[in-house]
Amino acid sequence: MIGNAPFFVVGVLFLMGLLGIFMTKNLIKIAIAVSILGSSVNIFLVALGYRTGGTIPVHFLAGEGSTMVMPTPQAMTLTAIVIALATTALLLSLIMLVWRHYGTIDVDEIRRLRG
Amino acid sequence: MRPLSVVVRTGCDIFAWFLVIFGASIIIHGDVTPGGGFQGGAVVATFISLLLVAYGGKKVLSWVRLNIFNSLLVFGLMLFFLLGIMGFPNSFFYNFLAIPHEVVQASGHGVIPPSGTIALMDIAVGIEVAGGLSLIVLSMFRGIRIFREGLMEEELGHDR
Amino acid sequence: MNWNEHLPALILIIPLFGAFIAPVCSLGGKTARNILLVAISFLTLIVAFMLWRHVLANGISYYVMGGDKFNLSLPSGMALPVRIILEVDAFSAFMALCGAIVSFAGALFSVNYMNRFTGMGRFVSLYCLLTAGMIGMMVTGDIFNFFIFIEISSIASFGLIAFWRDKPTAIEASFKYALISQVGSMFILIAAGALYGRYNMLNMAAIGSVLKMGSMEKLVLVFLVGSLAMKCGTFPMHMWLPDAYAEAPTGVTCLLVAVSQASLYGLMRVCFSIYGATMGSSFIPWMLIVFGLASMFFGVSMAVVQHEIKRLMGYHSVSQVGYMLLGLGVGLLVLDDARAMADYGFTAIKGGVFHIFNYTMYKALLFLTAGAIYYATGKKDLNEMGGLARRMPYTTFMFVIAAAAISGLPPFNGFVSKLLIYESSFAVHPFLAVVALVTSVLTLASFVKVFQTAFLGPEKSSLAKVQEVPAAMLIGMVVLTAAILGASLFPSWTLSTLVEPAARALVDQSGYIGAILGGGM
Repeated sequence: MIGNAPFFVVGVLFLMGLLGIFMTKNLIKIAIAVSILGSSVNIFLVALGYRTGGTIPVHFLAGEGSTMVMPTPQAMTLTAIVIALATTALLLSLIMLVWRHYGTIDVDEIRRLRG
Repeated sequence: MRPLSVVVRTGCDIFAWFLVIFGASIIIHGDVTPGGGFQGGAVVATFISLLLVAYGGKKVLSWVRLNIFNSLLVFGLMLFFLLGIMGFPNSFFYNFLAIPHEVVQASGHGVIPPSGTIALMDIAVGIEVAGGLSLIVLSMFRGIRIFREGLMEEELGHDR
Repeated sequence: MNWNEHLPALILIIPLFGAFIAPVCSLGGKTARNILLVAISFLTLIVAFMLWRHVLANGISYYVMGGDKFNLSLPSGMALPVRIILEVDAFSAFMALCGAIVSFAGALFSVNYMNRFTGMGRFVSLYCLLTAGMIGMMVTGDIFNFFIFIEISSIASFGLIAFWRDKPTAIEASFKYALISQVGSMFILIAAGALYGRYNMLNMAAIGSVLKMGSMEKLVLVFLVGSLAMKCGTFPMHMWLPDAYAEAPTGVTCLLVAVSQASLYGLMRVCFSIYGATMGSSFIPWMLIVFGLASMFFGVSMAVVQHEIKRLMGYHSVSQVGYMLLGLGVGLLVLDDARAMADYGFTAIKGGVFHIFNYTMYKALLFLTAGAIYYATGKKDLNEMGGLARRMPYTTFMFVIAAAAISGLPPFNGFVSKLLIYESSFAVHPFLAVVALVTSVLTLASFVKVFQTAFLGPEKSSLAKVQEVPAAMLIGMVVLTAAILGASLFPSWTLSTLVEPAARALVDQSGYIGAILGGGM
């Protein structure tokens, strides 16, 4: 049961991110919610990679134990973090430009594209 | 952003350089320890954001030129690309410098084989990320300054 | 070394090289930068063509990044493919060819169109990156790398949509697209992680070989189908598409059409090659068909009331994507029923695949003509135009060809693919064909309206100084017109050489799996 705890955390964080994206009105808070969503997925990947009693995934230093923690999800997580960084930077830059043009970062007031 | 007090500035003077050293160490040992090009590069890029916080944008932007970071970015990318191409008769990204485990063991110099191009690629990525992240921070900062002072570079010939 | 073996890697290397070298090259001035943009996209086109020829002649080609040999997919003692593997079958090569043609046309068009603006070094860089991401989505054989390439192409397209950063609507469209596509990509990443946790591998072919339907797999399938359908702009999740298409610079819009097709490619790869016959229920195929019908009908009904020309075409994109979903959904529905497959299922898949080619060509051409009108007149609103046919004869000619093709008038290629979809979907239920026909009629009506208001009628006094657009833009449009006319004049040749191998490769799940798992043993 306790082994599943990371996955509950992932589920809660993921729902929080989705709720944040769809319920909040502030663009900065929406960007934060996107980051939370990304973090929850990263936790999911790291938690997937763990094997109970596993050793470090270096072939020559593994010793007697035959199980190793899988390095692939960690590589995936690093890649996802890099991508999330690029996206966050872009979202924040776009929010700066939105503020420049509209003078507000409230979603309800930014409605020039309609229909 | 206005410059902060003299205490912060002195602290920044002393410690900011260590961040560069620490980042370089992470980059160089990327193939044998946790970390690598991206992580080390991100640590190096903290140097610029520390300077921005301590000294304020006006001073820092007059010290550095964005083209330096741009050329770091391009240099890192091209180095990475070149290392990928050099594996070509076998395959793209082929590790042409690697030494097999058996040869290393027979020579009596440790057990972990050298990583070959991976270490070089870490350095390339480190240079690229250090340049790129500094560029992002500086550009976003410039953006803030521009719209506080009401200046926006006009796009030539563009109608709104 | 034999270059033919390295083609799958070269098709990614060339646009990436263009993206990396562009900041250096733009120091050399305007001409060097323009030459770089056109040369890179032309080289990509040539490599895509050679890759397509190679795949047609030698079967599925695959490539192992960083392997001792390019074809060593299973290193000694391993039972699973471990490295980054590119796998190109006839369907991927076909899609890459479509994408490369559109990228070349858009690059030629952008040379003159973007001439007036600053920051072109970044533009070239992002354009090449978007091409690389799009082609990467089409050639990769790995579900995590599919996510990487989808992110590369989305990040490049956020930048390109917001390229005119002093235009509030462009920023808004880009932000909307960024938000929606980020949520979608996170779902794709969760699905990739879940598949990895279940089967300990990421290669699509290897997953397809061991996949058994369970609740986890159903969840993964729904996540993947939902987010990829969002990325290609089907009805309930289409709201980003007209905004993004209307606000991006026109050369980019033309490439975004191909990028949305790459997402459709991913959707088909997941449905046919990973899940295939093991899907076992008709829920997902019917879902695709219903998505298709809804986007067809609602897309076109929203398009007829628009009066901004690129927005109108954006809504037509929503409706055209519906045709492909309908054709491919019908094919998926009868995948494990050999008789129905031979009877009408394969026709539906052929129709869907042919419609991908047609749609990419004529929709890109329509956007380019809209951009040409905007370049010449500076106006977007249809009500302010009139009598442009006398001023811009070549653009008018190409607009007429594209509009006839999209409305499915008989001699043109749109007619052939739509006919294939009509007759096969009729066999499932007549209602499907009726909706498709009604959509086609409404499309015709909408484009007659555009043609009549913009090109015919009395000349507006404000448009007296309008001239034909420069030669490079015209050449960009001519490339796409030639593709449309070629497919229209030789429909049987196109069907047998271009479409049928692609459709056959899409259906052949065991061939896709066997190429990876059988090759290196």
